[in-house]
Amino acid sequence: MKQLLILSGKGGTGKTTVAGAFIKLAKAKAYADCDVDAPNLHLIMRDLKEPVRKDFYGMDKAVIDQDRCTACGLCQEHCRFHAIDHDPLYHVNPYACEGCGVCERLCPEGAITLQSDLAGELMLYSGEPVFSTAELKMGSGTSGLLVTEVKKQLTHEAKDAEMAIIDGSPGIGCPVIASISGVDMTLVVAEPSISGISDMKRILETAKKSNVETALCVNKYDTNLKNTKSIEDFCQDHQIHFLGKIPYDPEAVKAINNVQSIVEVNCPSGAAVKKVFERTIKILLNES
Amino acid sequence: MKIAVLSGKGGAGKTLVSVNLAAAAKEATYMDCDVEEPNGHLFFKPGKVHTEFVYNKIPVVDEQRCTGCRTCVDFCKFNALAYINGKLRIFEEICHSCGGCQLFCPEDALWEKNKAIGKIETGVSENVQVLTGVLNTGEASGIPIINRLFEAGQNTQNHTIIDCPPGSACSVMESIEDADYCVLVAEPTLFGAHNLKMVHELVTLFKKPHGVVLNKCVEGDNPSEEFCVNHNIRILEKIPYDTELGTLNSNAFIAVREQTAYRQLFSSLLQKIDKEVAYETTTHP
Repeated sequence: MKQLLILSGKGGTGKTTVAGAFIKLAKAKAYADCDVDAPNLHLIMRDLKEPVRKDFYGMDKAVIDQDRCTACGLCQEHCRFHAIDHDPLYHVNPYACEGCGVCERLCPEGAITLQSDLAGELMLYSGEPVFSTAELKMGSGTSGLLVTEVKKQLTHEAKDAEMAIIDGSPGIGCPVIASISGVDMTLVVAEPSISGISDMKRILETAKKSNVETALCVNKYDTNLKNTKSIEDFCQDHQIHFLGKIPYDPEAVKAINNVQSIVEVNCPSGAAVKKVFERTIKILLNES
Repeated sequence: MKIAVLSGKGGAGKTLVSVNLAAAAKEATYMDCDVEEPNGHLFFKPGKVHTEFVYNKIPVVDEQRCTGCRTCVDFCKFNALAYINGKLRIFEEICHSCGGCQLFCPEDALWEKNKAIGKIETGVSENVQVLTGVLNTGEASGIPIINRLFEAGQNTQNHTIIDCPPGSACSVMESIEDADYCVLVAEPTLFGAHNLKMVHELVTLFKKPHGVVLNKCVEGDNPSEEFCVNHNIRILEKIPYDTELGTLNSNAFIAVREQTAYRQLFSSLLQKIDKEVAYETTTHP
């Protein structure tokens, strides 16, 4: 299975809109949403049946048994995550606890245990096509692990699919690194603002560290022609495939609010995305 | 007073709102907690920047002392250590720096080195003190940098505007923990409304007083506005889609410093927030 990952660094550049369009154009038999903090892809996929849902447990969390705790303070002293508060009873802040187990092992009274913690939910739409996604529970910190599970679900359920399209998450941290791992190619959707360019450079640097084939397209290119030009120049200087420019298009917002992909309606952004798609597929199928 | 600005979805206008709120205040501290993609400094272009690196502690093995007992390997919940071919291997990228391995090594064969994972930059831009956290590329977690930012910005008396990371994961929580008020920024799409619902759950869970700024409003349906109306959430401001504001923002100019109309818009928003906070402190002291 050839895996294409769509990334952006900065949020709101149109990553999910592009991913949704690619899925339609490729008639993809397998796709996934790895933006587990704020999954959106399911919102533009019509005719989805009820998924199979599975609880996702992240790292365990420490819990202090108040009956045994003698308030010695050893746990708090050694917790690197500042996850232990006392007021005056000692207790664990489950949002800060990373489940390392230092406190459990140190506690002279055996008052601390690590307990499993529900951190989110995995959803798998099976049959044809296969769609794997998940939603992280509020404030949870194990998004990288959950992303890995989303991808595992996908490759396991859609073994025979030729190609998979994966919507990544914004940023450059742990869920992004987990998303990149094992894919054949990434397409970065950049936005021609000063902020967008700064974020684009950081995501390209992150992708480069994992030696994966990387290409780029610009969305809403006509909102700032000067910045679009400097993105094109940057790609040329750094030997990054520049695959096209998508215009700002009020029709795109309407399409999304009508639960449609931009390639299902006749609009300028849809036409531009088609070209980007064709060029992407060429690279994905030939070079990797 | 600490005001956190957040949005479930990236690109909704979180940085636009936080930068302009800070610029509209008499004196303010702007704190960029979106350490994976910090953008506020691109607008403020602060001067007299002071840089401080943020480090994580990573174990190092003293091979003379290591007896291969595997206490550390068995202890590490993150599988960051392995004993292979008679040697202890340490995988720095997945180490969470809990310190357990060196703490529990019976031979005292492990010590810790500092590894820079990012930095914080402090500088000044007119009336605003600008604090920026930057995570190095390839690093997994920006939480230690966010913590360091809050330590650095602790003693500020004036308005502190916190530009949060997108989403609703642990880094966002860390950023709103100390906030007196949360401003949720949402755009008028189905995506925007869905992600507004997620951050709204988050601020409700943390019992933070909050209000919504609807950004990029156009004529027609606004699913985010519907969500606010249906859930009785205070709408603080509706910013229309405006190509001029868009262009200023796209070129990293601060709208408040460029045009009186925008100064009025954000000053009035800040006043509304101040009132909300004053009301909260008298009703829920």
